[in-house]
Amino acid sequence: MTYIAIFITFIFVNNFILSQFLGLCPFIGVSRNSESAIGMGMAVTFVMGIASIMTWIIYHAILLPLQLQYLQTLSFILLIAALVQFVEMIIQKNSPGLYKALGIFLPLITTNCAVLGIAIMNIGENYSLMESFAAGVAAGIGFTLALILMSNIRERLDLHPVRKVFQGVPIAFISGGLMALAFMAFDKSLITNLLG
Amino acid sequence: MEKNRLSVLTKGIFKENPVFIIMLGLCPTLGVTTQVVNGIGMGLAVIFVLLFSNVFISLLKDFIPSSVRIPAYIVIIAAFVTIVEMLMHAFAPAVYQALGIFLPLIVVNCIILGRAEAFASKNSVLDSALDGIGMGVGFTLSLTLIALIREMFGSGTITLMPMGSFSGVIKIPVLYTYPVRVMTLAAGALLLMGYLKAFFEWYSQRKKA
Repeated sequence: MTYIAIFITFIFVNNFILSQFLGLCPFIGVSRNSESAIGMGMAVTFVMGIASIMTWIIYHAILLPLQLQYLQTLSFILLIAALVQFVEMIIQKNSPGLYKALGIFLPLITTNCAVLGIAIMNIGENYSLMESFAAGVAAGIGFTLALILMSNIRERLDLHPVRKVFQGVPIAFISGGLMALAFMAFDKSLITNLLG
Repeated sequence: MEKNRLSVLTKGIFKENPVFIIMLGLCPTLGVTTQVVNGIGMGLAVIFVLLFSNVFISLLKDFIPSSVRIPAYIVIIAAFVTIVEMLMHAFAPAVYQALGIFLPLIVVNCIILGRAEAFASKNSVLDSALDGIGMGVGFTLSLTLIALIREMFGSGTITLMPMGSFSGVIKIPVLYTYPVRVMTLAAGALLLMGYLKAFFEWYSQRKKA
């Protein structure tokens, strides 16, 4: 039950882009066409899942016993940077097809606040290891969902006349705002109603 | 030379404003700007980190091998972010609570890494310090502007630091009774950002013509 609640929370209720404002840079930057949106979304989901596990282990196995919690930010960002490099190397060696699809997005992920965000959030919410993993994957899926929706909207916008000053980024923000309005329909009461 | 220094300092405020022109550091820009005081607090934290990381990276630019420069920059930035976190926790606990997750997330704020890579790693210590302050001030001003609009319309108040007999909250008559709630929500932030960006685009085009 808790896992279902985590999934609904992070995909819809607390969607990382549309209600938490995490990962806005790729949301605006990589959402011009749906192929790159899917690639970026998959890469982020993948890294977020692994990063959630790794940061949980680091925090509970090293930082907490040694009372070094203040090193949280520093150690998490180093871990994520190393992890992204490592994942990139493994994918490049073992599956060139996947590398071709995700390769160019991987270096961008280190500075994506969604990844560090979910790691810090997991610690704040006191999740267990499996719950952290579920939260990481769910947040990644929510991110992907918003990115794909946005890219489809922007592909359509290209075919419509938009006033010159609104072209590009401004209209993307406004579409994002309208999408966020729609996502407000998902709130906390949704979970209590669904799961009792 | 003097004029050159001045332009290094001021270009971050208007011509290369990090938020509205270069579009960097958007997450905290929209995430923390529900109250003016949070916007200013975030801005000050970023000025601090930007100034010191720029200075240190500029000092160390000859010692850091270029192949590991990005991880090295991230470590330097993360160290200063941790210092800011601790200082805010100690001296401004209310702002620390309100900024929440966005305070540690300064580490991945693209403005700071961007300035380190694009400016501090190539320029002298003094220029880097000026660039850091200029960019930081530009960021703070943009945040304050967005926060001011969002708070004024969204809750009809302007929240500043309480000082002496002044409670720190200014109430705006009509808007306080009939606030436009959507402005404080996520949707309002995105809409406002879109319109502001369009306004700046229109302004810069008009200036060119």
